[in-house]
Parts: sequence; C-alpha cells; structure tokens
Amino acid sequence: MSNDDKLTRRGLMARLLAGVSLSVLGGCDRLTGTSWFPRVLGLGEKATHKAQRLVVPRKAMAQEFLAIDLSPQFRSNGTSIPDNPTYRALAADGFAGYRLEVGGLVERPLTLSLAEIRKLPSRTQTTRHDCVEGWSAIGEWKGARLSALLEAVHLKPNARYIVFLCADPMEEDGTSPYYESIDLEDAFHPQTILAYELNGTPLPIENGAPLRLRLERQLGYKMAKYVMRLEIVEDFSRIAGGKGGYWEDQGYEWYAGI
Amino acid sequence: MAGRINETIGGRLRKVLKSLSRAVSGGYAYCRYSLPVRLKRWSKAVFVAALRMGRIIETLCGRLVKVLKSFGRAGSRGYPYYRHPLPVRIMHWSNVLFLAILLMSGLNILSAHPALNWGKSSYRGVPPVMEIRGRENDRGEISGVTRILGHDFPTTGFLGASRGPDGALTIREFPSWLTIPGDLWLAMARQWHFFFAWLLVVNGVAFVTYSAVSRHLRHDLVPTRQDWRSLGRTIVDHMRFRHPTGEAVKHYNVLQKLAYLGVIFFLLPLMILMGLGMSPALDALHPGWIDIFFGRQSVRTIHFVVALSLVLFVMVHVFEVIVTGFWNNFRSMITGYYRVESEADHE
Repeated sequence: MSNDDKLTRRGLMARLLAGVSLSVLGGCDRLTGTSWFPRVLGLGEKATHKAQRLVVPRKAMAQEFLAIDLSPQFRSNGTSIPDNPTYRALAADGFAGYRLEVGGLVERPLTLSLAEIRKLPSRTQTTRHDCVEGWSAIGEWKGARLSALLEAVHLKPNARYIVFLCADPMEEDGTSPYYESIDLEDAFHPQTILAYELNGTPLPIENGAPLRLRLERQLGYKMAKYVMRLEIVEDFSRIAGGKGGYWEDQGYEWYAGI
Repeated sequence: MAGRINETIGGRLRKVLKSLSRAVSGGYAYCRYSLPVRLKRWSKAVFVAALRMGRIIETLCGRLVKVLKSFGRAGSRGYPYYRHPLPVRIMHWSNVLFLAILLMSGLNILSAHPALNWGKSSYRGVPPVMEIRGRENDRGEISGVTRILGHDFPTTGFLGASRGPDGALTIREFPSWLTIPGDLWLAMARQWHFFFAWLLVVNGVAFVTYSAVSRHLRHDLVPTRQDWRSLGRTIVDHMRFRHPTGEAVKHYNVLQKLAYLGVIFFLLPLMILMGLGMSPALDALHPGWIDIFFGRQSVRTIHFVVALSLVLFVMVHVFEVIVTGFWNNFRSMITGYYRVESEADHE
C-alpha cells in the first residue's frame, strides 16, 4: 500500500469527522424543519406515555408536603388576569355570578354556582407544582373532587376525555381561549380537584380564580386556570388545534408526565 | 475514699495546667540554627526544587514533541490487533451522537428557566445555586452574568449573552451553536431530549447485556488484582504523559477501566435516574423517593452537575485519545484494528 493511499484514507476520516460534527450542529435544525422528523421524535412521547401508564399504578398518589415546605408566594405563570370583559365583570362581582357548566357526553348536564361547587365533596392537599420550564412551587390547595362532579352528571358510555374550557384568551385580539383535556384515569384520581382555595384563602386571580384544575401527576400547563366549562368528549381532534390543549397545539406533549 | 480520688485528680489537673502555662508564657527562645546555616539550607532546597521542576518540564516537553510527531507516522510499523468488536464500536458511536444531542437539547430546556435550586421547590426564600442572566444597560450594551453560590462571574460571549448566527451579541442563556434546536424552543427541545433519552437507555441496556454475555465486562473492564496494585504507578504515569507501549496497549489500564466503569455504572444511571426523578408521574411511584436526593429541584441540579461531569469525562477521554496516538485510537474505534508497535520497533 502506498503512502498516498493512507493519506487519502486519513483525509477521508478527517472529512468524515468534520461532516459528522457539522451535521450534528447544523443538520439538527434542518431535521427539525422537516415534516417527518418531528413525527419520529413524537414516538418518544408515545413511549413515555405508555411506559409511565404501565409503571405508575392508576391510583398512585403524588407526594404531599408539610406546611413548612410551602413556597412563600405561589408563582403565577402564563395569564395573570384574563383579558376578557365577561370574566372581568364576574371578577368585579367577587364571582357571585360565576356558573360552571358541565356538558357534552353526559346524562345530566349541570350548571353550578361557586357556592354549589363548595358543597361538593372536597379534598385539601399540599402538593408541588412542576412547571414545564423547570421550576417547582409548593402550595396548599382545596377544591371539589372532580370524580364527585363527574358522578353527579353521569358520563355516557362513549365519554373518554374531559375538556376544560377557560376564560383567558391567549391571543392579544381576545381569541384562542386556553383549554386543556385529560383522560378518565386522571379525572377520577383522588387528587384531581377543581381548586377554589390556595393556602387557606380564596384562589387569587393570578392563580386561576375562581376555579382551576389540579392534576398532581402532570406538569403545570395541564392544570387549566379560569375554568368556565367542562366538555366531556369522545375525541378532541376537532377542538381548536386538535391536539387537546392550547400548549399541545404549540407542540407540547398531551401527556405531560415528565 | 471519693475525696482522695478527687484530690489526686485535682492535683494532676493543676500540674498539667502549670506545664501548659509554662509552655505558653514561660521558657525562652533558643537559636537552634544560625542565620548563615538557615540561608544555606533554604537556598539549597530552592535550587534542588528548581532543578527538579526543570527536569519535569523538559520531560513533559519531550513527551509532547513525541506525541505531536506520532500524528505524522501512525500505523507505519508493528502489527494490527483487533481491539474493539463491532457491537462495541456501534454502541460507542451511537453514544457519542446520543449524548451530544442530549446535552445540546438539555441546554435548550435549561434555558427556559436558567436557574438551579436546591431543595423540594424553587421558591423557598433561598436564592438559586446557579443562575444565568443577560442584561442590557442604559447605553444598550449587552452583557452576560453567571451567578454561582452568590458570586457573579462575567460570562459575556458564552453564558447570558452570546453572538447569534448573524454575529450580533444577543441576550441568550446558552450560545445558539450549543443548543438543539438552535433557537430557544422548549417544546421541540423536549421532543429531541426525550426521544434520544429513550435511545440512550436502549443503547445502555444493550451495552450492559452484551458486555456481560460476551465477557467484555469481566475480561476488559473489571480491574484485576494486578491492576489495583499498579494504581499508584498508573496515576504517576498519567500525570507525566507516559503511556503504555508494546503489548500493554492491548489492555485498558486501571484508570481507564475505573473511568469507563464509573461512567457506565455510576454517572449514566444517575443521570437517567435524576431525569426520571423530575417526572411528576414517576414521583408518585413511591411518594417522597426523590427526597433521598433532597427533593425535585436538587434532582434537577444533580442532573445538570452529572451532565457537566460527563462533559469533563469526554474532555479527558478525547485528550487521552489524542496524546496516545489519535489516528491509531480513532481508527481502532472505526475498523476495530489497533496497530501495536512491537517492543523492538520502539525507540
């Protein structure tokens, strides 16, 4: 073998090395921009969802904390006051006129005032709120058990998801209201509540007054604030962007267990 | 009886105290070595130390020259030795790709909340352990500051503020060339991160299974009794850039074995465990298990510290690959063959 031959081989290797590192650096963005690659990446989300549902028992409880663990101030993220005249009118009146609607695939649609919601079986829990951004805050929540509410309306057999329709518009022109959806397994979990109290006081507006969802085994963006209506559906693909939630429509995972 | 014992104890105590007070205040200074003697001895010590340092620097330079020379004459002598079987090579390069992507997408995720806290939550009235911030002053000048344990470090150009693809200094937690995607895009970074985290786990399980079944683990990675005995010498050899030659290169040395085992069985599993520990769903498996690691925010901090440790390992690993003959090592991880210089050929 001649010396030239080896030099070429070495040159080839150098080019290969440079090519690989360049493609890692620059090619990733090009891959992100394709239509097929994010779908491949989405397989990871599906695997995570399946694996976590397999490993974590249905009724496994999220960790609960002590009063000393409470965050001095519970951080507000996203909307701090909905830019919605109807909501503002309700808030000005201390939510006396607020009515939660429960409809969709139910035998007995319901409309409940805040006082009626407070009469439902409740649960108080000191839990950790984990934001998708990475931070955590600990607060004490009191709210109506979602399971009690769903038992009161009698779900139809084809009911599969609870959709939470909210008062806060996510676009500046007042459109694109926040929404979220959860499955029945999470909906009937004992820690899943519609919270109306935070740290022993009525839920502040920046944390979702008058009613927000607590879904303790998933990330913060699943826990819709300013909940106005529960829509029980079989499939959410025809609601808004079709991904089951405002942030899901922006590319976040529907199952936010990690 | 009891009174007498007390007396003796009291007497002894007094004696001890007296001797102590004499040592502190009494007595006198005695000149053991005169000034000329002291000067002579010190100058000699300094001279000898300088001589030794000089020799060490000389050897180091010599070694470095040799290393540089070796770039130009890889594989010209000796015989090929099949060192890395195909599965190991495939899994090695998969790991390179996966870990690079995980690091870069991880830094994009960290940018969404560029602070690391200790404890169960981020808001306990205690400042973060580490925080990256970008600032713009009244004159429109941009700067980056990284605060670690209450100390501010200027990190303009890298952390907090760096030059984007257009060359302009912008406020950014990590430079765009170090993140996947290049733009700050939490949702997409998470997609990348979790997909490749699965691949890393699959690769890791495959590697450990393969290594156990093929005895790669027992034959090549677990230190032998002889290895343990050579530990001290190997450390000294590494510090002097003196590396095994001839037949000895067919085996990993003890530091190499310990480094690889440490990464495979400690750092990477800890990394994955800390990743899983951040999952609110998996925290419910046994409520409070992450408190073993001081709570979720500590878990997040440890996840980052382990990532840094892995980066450090890779830096040392690549450094050793370069100084012990880059092309020979690199080729052996691609073709499997490493060229062993026979002892006779060695200078």
